Amino acid sequence: MNDRLLLSCLGLASLAAIFAACFLGSTPMPPGRLFAAMVGAGSVGDHIVLWEIRLPRAIAAFIVGGALGLCGAALQGLLRNPLAEPGVLGVSAFSALGATLALFYGAAALSPFVLPLSAIAGALAATFFLAFAAIRNSSMVTLILIGIGLSSFAGALMALLLNLAPNPFSLSDLISWTLGSVANRSFADLALAGPFLGAGLIFIVMSGRGLTALSLGEEAAHGLGVNLRRTRMFVVIGTGLITGAAVSIAGAIGFVGIVAPHLIRPLVNHDPARTLAPAAFLGGILLVLADIGVRLIPTPSELRLGVLAALIGAPAFIWIASQRRTGS
Amino acid sequence: MTRTATINLDKVSVGESATPRLSNVTVTFQQNELTAIIGPNGAGKSTLLKCALGLTEPDAGAISINNKALTSLSPIERARIVSYLPQMRALAWPLKVRDVVALGRFAYGGALGRLKAEDAAAVDQAIISCGLERLRDRNTDTLSGGELARVHCARAFAAQTPLLIADEPVASLDPHHQFKIMAFIKDYVTKGGGAVVVLHDLSLAASFADRLIWMKDGKINADGSPDETMTRERIQDVFDVSAEVSKRDDGALQVTMTGV
Repeated sequence: MNDRLLLSCLGLASLAAIFAACFLGSTPMPPGRLFAAMVGAGSVGDHIVLWEIRLPRAIAAFIVGGALGLCGAALQGLLRNPLAEPGVLGVSAFSALGATLALFYGAAALSPFVLPLSAIAGALAATFFLAFAAIRNSSMVTLILIGIGLSSFAGALMALLLNLAPNPFSLSDLISWTLGSVANRSFADLALAGPFLGAGLIFIVMSGRGLTALSLGEEAAHGLGVNLRRTRMFVVIGTGLITGAAVSIAGAIGFVGIVAPHLIRPLVNHDPARTLAPAAFLGGILLVLADIGVRLIPTPSELRLGVLAALIGAPAFIWIASQRRTGS
Repeated sequence: MTRTATINLDKVSVGESATPRLSNVTVTFQQNELTAIIGPNGAGKSTLLKCALGLTEPDAGAISINNKALTSLSPIERARIVSYLPQMRALAWPLKVRDVVALGRFAYGGALGRLKAEDAAAVDQAIISCGLERLRDRNTDTLSGGELARVHCARAFAAQTPLLIADEPVASLDPHHQFKIMAFIKDYVTKGGGAVVVLHDLSLAASFADRLIWMKDGKINADGSPDETMTRERIQDVFDVSAEVSKRDDGALQVTMTGV
């Protein structure tokens, strides 16, 4: 399939998904009232439901899903492993840990930027560690194992924080970071993460061609003229910034970064560079759809988005892992 | 390929002085010759190649390409002079054959699927020269080892560099493909390129190479044409095996190992 056609289809599907997310919800809003609210007519209540609840929530889900899809595709290209993903490798968990630490010790109250910055610091720490481990050890299985170790370690530290939590309020705060959700997000929350997402995007886009060359292995890529150190650094910083920003919006949500690139790859001849943009769009669509599911599935208390993502994504991870041929 | 190119290694050493991987090696690689590097496992053959490419930093000595220090060249500048076929050839993703060959044009800025006319011409030419016309739209995960080796060869040729470095390009290939790959490299040299190739098959090396570099324990033991250097004494000395060297009717040297 032609890349432009693929991106156009995904763009249209994205709009349709976000529109559906505005349309569906616990309070029914027929199309007529929805359109009225969109153009500024209609009742004040409809206007608030659309502009302050449903649309920011849908866009938050789209941005977070897109960020995770992009980071998954970039990490998979760099590490030459279809199972690499911020959630699996422990990057999201460390990012959530950074954010919770900032909340726990009250630093988040100092400035609105403290929270995203701590989330990004956590994500960068984990990605740097992974990249360092990946250079020293070329085995892809080892890398995944290190990622699982990182995830468990972040989980243990998070459990420690839960143990020490002074009151039930901070306890529920901690839980919401680990489960992940886009409920009650405002455009202001998104704007705060925006600059970091943008900066990370630039880093990732600049490393795209290097990722394609890395398909041949690091030595061959070096021979082709790839600046390996730069490519590695750009992907690490880019995914750190983007994952951190996404976690600061929605907490840790796993597996989107595995599923989206996996579905896209056959459509772009498995070229890691051409996987990036479509995987971002598809990641966004998947998370918007999952969030619609979260709102529509009748459960006593609302399902967390991260929980649903893991319920669908973890089996997908197992399936992709079992499809891998041994020896690589 | 009108540009002239040379790689110089001057007194290059790698590793601790007690057990060096390379020890005080001085050598020049240039165009219009097919150089085979031969020697036992651990003799420093791959290390020598990696130094020449900037993949391994020497602990002592200087490396220059076209009289410029290797470290002063950008990766792109270096890649336009010398292309590299590494030993490990597993692809991370099942790319299409044509896309892998097109990666050879990386140093010229061509992105897959959007090649400039000049890049596309180089890719087509490389595909033809390695007999891959019928495989060009196949995914690499459907190819045999021999076919994949041809794809990598074409990828290196597509760069149209004056020099080519190949680390065991015929390892684990059937005899047909061994000859085929060596014939491709020979053809590239006939057209003005310079190739440096690590080989383990001495007969293959003797029949294709213009120059043999014998390595043992991180040092160059001998450097010269097959006729000058391929003797049973040297094979005994470098490889620690007994061998007979004879001349075939067509003048090529034939090496037969007879035991340890």
